[in-house]
Amino acid sequence: MEHTPITASAPKISVRDLNFYYGKFHALKSINLEIPQNKVTAFIGPSGCGKSTLLRVFNRMFELYPDQRAQGEVLLDGENLLTSKQDVALLRAKVGMVFQKPTPFPMSIYDNIAFGIKLFESLNTADMEERVEWALRKAALWNEVKDKLKQSGSSLSGGQQQRLCIARGIAIKPEVILLDEPCSALDPISTAKIEELIVELKEDYTVVIVTHNMQQAARCSDFTAYMYLGDLVEFGSTEQMFFKPTRKETEDYITGRFG
Amino acid sequence: MPEKHLSTQFDSELNTVSSRVMEMGGLVESQIQQAIYALSQFNSEAANKVLETESRVNAMEVEIDHDLSSIIARRQPTARDLRLLIAISKTTANLERVGDEAEKIARMVLSIIRSGSPRALPASELRVAADLAAGQMRKALDAFARLDTTAAVSILKEDDLIDREFDSFVRILITYMMEDPRKISPSLDLLFVAKAIERVGDHAKNIAELIIYIVKGADVRHSSIEEIETVLK
Repeated sequence: MEHTPITASAPKISVRDLNFYYGKFHALKSINLEIPQNKVTAFIGPSGCGKSTLLRVFNRMFELYPDQRAQGEVLLDGENLLTSKQDVALLRAKVGMVFQKPTPFPMSIYDNIAFGIKLFESLNTADMEERVEWALRKAALWNEVKDKLKQSGSSLSGGQQQRLCIARGIAIKPEVILLDEPCSALDPISTAKIEELIVELKEDYTVVIVTHNMQQAARCSDFTAYMYLGDLVEFGSTEQMFFKPTRKETEDYITGRFG
Repeated sequence: MPEKHLSTQFDSELNTVSSRVMEMGGLVESQIQQAIYALSQFNSEAANKVLETESRVNAMEVEIDHDLSSIIARRQPTARDLRLLIAISKTTANLERVGDEAEKIARMVLSIIRSGSPRALPASELRVAADLAAGQMRKALDAFARLDTTAAVSILKEDDLIDREFDSFVRILITYMMEDPRKISPSLDLLFVAKAIERVGDHAKNIAELIIYIVKGADVRHSSIEEIETVLK
């Protein structure tokens, strides 16, 4: 692959020679990549290219399934999270994730947010309320739900549910937020709100997003990685990737000549 | 565009707009040829033909721009497609200006004819520059059709020739005016013609630069030939 050292800021996550297997299937092939801090990095590529797999390595989500293994190094602030003795729950508190379909817990809006916080911190009621409001404000949802915090999370619209999930992720103050197709089930207005949010989130967090929607990557990411069949084909600034990609394979995919 | 998009509709839209540019280019090229012919023969019929074509050229620019806006709005083009569409927009603007220069030449020729003794003017001294400019324009359109960067560079290199012809023509014209001050007025018309010819060469050069922009994604305006050749390596 083309190696493009491009980032001025320090990498938050460094992927070094990462190989990933689903049983015998070689899903990621010697990936080398640096995810810059306080930037939005997008992974694009056709279905089955490994982009979601790569995202799931960053918080060891793959360990939930049997027969999946990762080889190589994934350094979070310099520490290899694949071999770290750190508790995986703590890792996932640091590296939060939002999924394709909104997954509110079957409880109130308030408790959806408070639930995760209680696992890691013991806050008094006032502090907890403050934290819940803070997270909902950060996720641009507060004004829509402040009068119905006791209502069930699943009573919200799809777009609101997805922002609730982002608020839930933010509430425990992670360092990295992984978004796996966060808008694929949402209408254009909800999508626009999430995209606004993504751009705002990078002030405080490092954001990595997997998306099938190339224009979404173009709109809200700073860096874009194009993957194909388990290889990282090209990684560069989003502007460069969408205006003048270096690799022909990237250009074919980005311009819709792929097939 | 060598390879096809998943969307054949998108392909056909790009092909249609590209061939419209070629059509407009053909029209402008024939305007230039007519204008040069009108100049060499002091033929008012040819000059009038140039003026008649002008409104068609203007209308084509408007139509192509409309098609471009529509493609951009509906397809959100990226990378090479995006560069192609931006370059087409600028190319049509350049072609429209070439049409204006042809019109200017035609108007000046008509004015010189009205002034009386056109054959006494050193118009034939413009022949070389005029042929060079028309040739540059034709080469630029050919290179655009084939997205040929090598041809584009040779156009950029040859632009100097027209400029030099223009300078030497101005010197001839000054001598001529000093010899016979009664000819100053028609000579000034001829000077405008020379300037218009020189501008046609500049527009051909702009189009050549746009070809490099499409193919390489590099903006080579205001770059030296050496810098451009580095880009193309």
